[in-house]
Amino acid sequence: MIAPVNALETGHLNKAFGKLVVADDISLALPQGARHALIGPNGAGKTTLINLMTGVLPPDSGQVRLDGKEITGLESDVRVKRGLVRTFQINTLFPKLTPLESVLMAVLEREGISGQWIAPLAARRDAIDEAFGLLTQLGLGDDATRPTHDLAYGQQRLLEIALALATKPKVLLLDEPAAGVPKSESAALFEAIAALPTDISVLFIEHDMNLVFTFASRITVLVQGRILTEGSPDEIAHDPQVREVYLGGADHG
Amino acid sequence: MDPHLWLKRKGRISPYEVAFWPIVLVLPFWLFPTYLSLSSQIAITALFCISLDLILGYAGIISLGHAAFFGIGAYAAGLLSAHGWGEPLSGLAFAAVVAAFAGWIVSFMIVRVQHLALLMITLGLGFLLVELANSLGSFTGGADGLQGIDTWKLLGVWKFSFWGKTAYAYSLAVLFILFLVCRRIVRSPFGLTLEAIRENPDRTTALGAPNRAHLQKIFTLSAGIAGIAGALLAQTTETVSLESLGFQRSAEIAIMLILGGTGRLYGAILGAIIFMVARDQLAGMNPQYWYFWIGLLLMIVVLFMPRGILGGLERLAAFGRRR
Ligand SMILES: Nc1ncnc2c1ncn2[C@@H]1O[C@H](COP(=O)(O)OP(=O)(O)OP(=O)(O)O)[C@@H](O)[C@H]1O
Ligand SMILES: [Mg+2]
Repeated sequence: MIAPVNALETGHLNKAFGKLVVADDISLALPQGARHALIGPNGAGKTTLINLMTGVLPPDSGQVRLDGKEITGLESDVRVKRGLVRTFQINTLFPKLTPLESVLMAVLEREGISGQWIAPLAARRDAIDEAFGLLTQLGLGDDATRPTHDLAYGQQRLLEIALALATKPKVLLLDEPAAGVPKSESAALFEAIAALPTDISVLFIEHDMNLVFTFASRITVLVQGRILTEGSPDEIAHDPQVREVYLGGADHG
Repeated sequence: MDPHLWLKRKGRISPYEVAFWPIVLVLPFWLFPTYLSLSSQIAITALFCISLDLILGYAGIISLGHAAFFGIGAYAAGLLSAHGWGEPLSGLAFAAVVAAFAGWIVSFMIVRVQHLALLMITLGLGFLLVELANSLGSFTGGADGLQGIDTWKLLGVWKFSFWGKTAYAYSLAVLFILFLVCRRIVRSPFGLTLEAIRENPDRTTALGAPNRAHLQKIFTLSAGIAGIAGALLAQTTETVSLESLGFQRSAEIAIMLILGGTGRLYGAILGAIIFMVARDQLAGMNPQYWYFWIGLLLMIVVLFMPRGILGGLERLAAFGRRR
């Protein structure tokens, strides 16, 4: 039997900023439909790993494979077109545009009509419906036509996700989607992520262990640029090494 | 909120717009018949200013050398005419193609740099072209300017006369048509994409947009339009000087755009009108102090109306509506 192809896979990725090693021989596999958490202390290199996967940073060595095909040398935007999409830990939005315009832009780019300038924007009715539908689905429908910089922080976090979804990703990399969102709202945000169709494979970074154990089916622990261990939530919760380095001995089992 | 309605409303032609063209641009035709040469210069400058707005206001590319393309267009049309083909419309088309081609070549460099490097490259480009045109004196006329331009009758009917009626109508018509084209562009999917790139290029990349290709496209288009403006000047004044390429023109056009307000097209037109009329009036009174006043005006606008005069007027109108 042939092993099923992983949605996303890294092979021996290495990256150093000067003397600081931030990715040390990272080999990580994300099977189709995964709900995979990447955890680790601040500065462990989690965001850097997403940057390496998406081509924002070039690795010193190693490969990235999407759906079994090597993508290591490809530009970021080309990787996105192939279905590898991320969100940002720090809001990376279009402050003066409205959520409607922002998501619409993403839809138009995906549809390959972003360079078209003969017909006006308003003529793209299907794209507009899709963008607005997505915003409504994430609870941003009422604020879709306000400038993004006027939105509440939590709404901006939702827009981060809406933008990524508008590209119709195959693999979604979420960098602390609930960062800065009040605890009362972060669960709802993760419910939205959990409700994503299973043909989207998700890797998410998250510091809140309750959320991680609730929503991840597998967990990778990253410490100082190295994979400390990987396992099911149960295994990670009871791993003495993890407890010592990361959980500080707190009881999460 | 219906998203379709909202987008349509945003793109629709407002009553202000309908009023703007006849009042601001056609009126001088009757009011100041002796001022027509200034009026056509304003129309030409407004077109040039719009070309800068496309890259600066919409796509966020700062340039201190955009006169390079204006000048290339002027020399292209001028040389074509001086060598025996003075038909104005084909001259415009020729200038547009030459300037757009130059813009396309330069765009490969432009989209790879940002901030200070971008300023220096565009600045350097302007200097380079002035020197080039100067040293090719036998071809371009050098510091004396290009002579021997003869613009044929417009559409074989209207002669470009001393009083400049044809020149003004011609410049205004070209401005109006290209304005409509630019208005289309900025309200299209492409225009939205450019604004998104201006707002956050990292995010557009993360959404799959090939930023550089998009920016190269608008830069090429903008250079072509700047070239048409330059060609209009060459055809209507029947001369081209080195200044058409120079830094002063590049800087002035940026000042006009910032005065009028970036990213709204009308700001470019308004800025050109205010700047050119003020220069005409103030320089008439006291030539030395002209830059004093424009400097003061620029500082006041930047400090108190960060979105330009038109942006300030919009805020005033919104304020008035709320009361
Ligand atoms: N472009 C860069 N140049 C130099 N050092 C960098 C760069 N980006 C990140 N670093 C450093 O690399 C280390 C890993 O950073 P990274 O952002 O990947 O951590 P993280 O695991 O995402 O942390 P956090 O939980 O705080 O988000 C940090 O020490 C950071 O200061
Ligand atoms: Mg991080």
